[in-house]
Amino acid sequence: MASIILRDVRKSYGAVDVIKGVDLEIEKGEFMVFVGPSGCGKSTLLRLISGLEDITSGDMMFDGERVNDLAPSKRGIAMVFQSYALYPHMKVYDNMAFGMKLAKAGPDEIRKRVESAAKLLQIDHLLDRLPKQLSGGQRQRVAIGRAIVRDPRVFLFDEPLSNLDAALRVATRLEIAKLHHSMGNVTMIYVTHDQVEAMTLADRICVLRDGLVMQVGSPTELYERPNSIFVAGFIGSPKMNFINGQIAKGFGAHTIGIRSEHVVVDNDNPVWRGDVVHAENLGSDNYLFVEMPGADEPVLVRQEGKTAIPYGASIGIRPIEGNLHRFDEKGTPIR
Amino acid sequence: MKLVKSGLFYLAVVVIVVIAVFPFYYAIITSFKTGTALFEVSYLPTEFNWDNYVSVFSQGEFPRNILNSVFVATMTVALALLLGVTASYALARVHFRGRTLLLLTILGVSMFPQIAVLAGLFELIRFVGIFNTPWALILSYTIFTLPFTVWVLTTFMRDLPIEIEEAAIVDGATPWVIITKVFMPLMWPALVTTGLLAFIGAWNEFLFALTFTSSNTTRTVPVAIALLSGATQYETPWGIIMAASVVVTIPLIILVLIFQRKIVAGLTAGGVKG
Repeated sequence: MASIILRDVRKSYGAVDVIKGVDLEIEKGEFMVFVGPSGCGKSTLLRLISGLEDITSGDMMFDGERVNDLAPSKRGIAMVFQSYALYPHMKVYDNMAFGMKLAKAGPDEIRKRVESAAKLLQIDHLLDRLPKQLSGGQRQRVAIGRAIVRDPRVFLFDEPLSNLDAALRVATRLEIAKLHHSMGNVTMIYVTHDQVEAMTLADRICVLRDGLVMQVGSPTELYERPNSIFVAGFIGSPKMNFINGQIAKGFGAHTIGIRSEHVVVDNDNPVWRGDVVHAENLGSDNYLFVEMPGADEPVLVRQEGKTAIPYGASIGIRPIEGNLHRFDEKGTPIR
Repeated sequence: MKLVKSGLFYLAVVVIVVIAVFPFYYAIITSFKTGTALFEVSYLPTEFNWDNYVSVFSQGEFPRNILNSVFVATMTVALALLLGVTASYALARVHFRGRTLLLLTILGVSMFPQIAVLAGLFELIRFVGIFNTPWALILSYTIFTLPFTVWVLTTFMRDLPIEIEEAAIVDGATPWVIITKVFMPLMWPALVTTGLLAFIGAWNEFLFALTFTSSNTTRTVPVAIALLSGATQYETPWGIIMAASVVVTIPLIILVLIFQRKIVAGLTAGGVKG
């Protein structure tokens, strides 16, 4: 339960700058998600906060205390790794107890903490197993349990779900969210490249690109009011439609962006006309790819209702008023 | 066709086994012979006489020599593994300038023929004042074992997932704790292999043992066997030599058999992924 402040934090490896000056405040008990394309520095930033890497310049404060030169174990953090990183030769119990043993805690205290953490994660029947006897999901829960036992000020998650299969990923995601609620608002920082994870878990999302913070805000804020064309394109699935050229000029912008759910099929009152080149039926939704003259890529439209539209059909579409994003040449929004 | 193939395969196996085992087999049957029977060529045991074994242990300093060998080889293994493990941690995991150069230098050391460094090493050992003590052998064997040990352990340690080490750092482990509590248990296969080879090397070494010791009580087994003498200087006591050879080979065979089972590959499997 710590507030974390980063002031102009930079990290370079030799001549290569990876983190190029990050200012960020993470509040007590917040669930902050770092998201961005690969190579954007999100994992590096997490490692800087953990102390596994030293920051090149700038300041890092935990609860107002400067921790730049503090060893990871002294910062009161716990980390969950993508690859679980359990100690293969230790039983689950010893894996979870290792940190406390090194901290010279009493055996009763260790047993109490390990058992309560195991109960919380429903792995108390696995304490005598070795990691290799567990499934991927169980291993990741042990890794989370090991973090809980340390009773940290800050939880750090480095893409913890990437090694799990799709179904398990959703289940574990839910468990992490539940954990955040049940742990009395412990500060959590979570790194992912998956914007769905970011949207579903985060109190606030920090979008990174090329070692710089692009935008920080709640999922809704980022979704509805992206402050750059990059964030607009990165957040949201399916991706926002972007249209350049004449069509955009007509709206007084260099580029316009519109999400698929904000475009409706309207043959009576169309704003644009185009041909359906492909359709994807996901059961709940039907996505139409509409190719229109003047747009480089087909516009994705989430179709209301279930009216079948044949391939190649020429249809009229209309963006819903007030949901159109306009951007100038530099990709900043025009509001 | 298939029959011919498997027939040839097993023939090859038999040939290899015979070539590998025959010298030792012949040493065993010879060690049970006495008198003139020693000089008759026979491929099957003809006599079963323990006299040679009795005289190996009753005459001269042979039991003492065995103890010397055990002590020297054990200390060499212990020292080589201690230095090897710590050095390989640094070489595999700590970033510092000239790491590759250092690794290549270590490899280079192992390329010197023993005889080339013999004189220099002799001077060093005299200078330190450990001539004719087991420490002279321990020192020189460790020098020659370390390059191999360090290289194998470094390669092995590089393959250990970095996240496990980082998890240990977050848990508050010092480098020493990481090495002893986290890495060593994962490195058993490599430790056993390098340790065993270091032991065999030290156990069998002859040139240094001959040069750096001068009295019967400090010699190790290979030298002691070579210097075994018969009743007259014109007689080579083959029976006793063979008995001694068998006696000193058996510990090695036992060690290999024990640790062969302990070499459990894939110990790291499961901790990381899959």
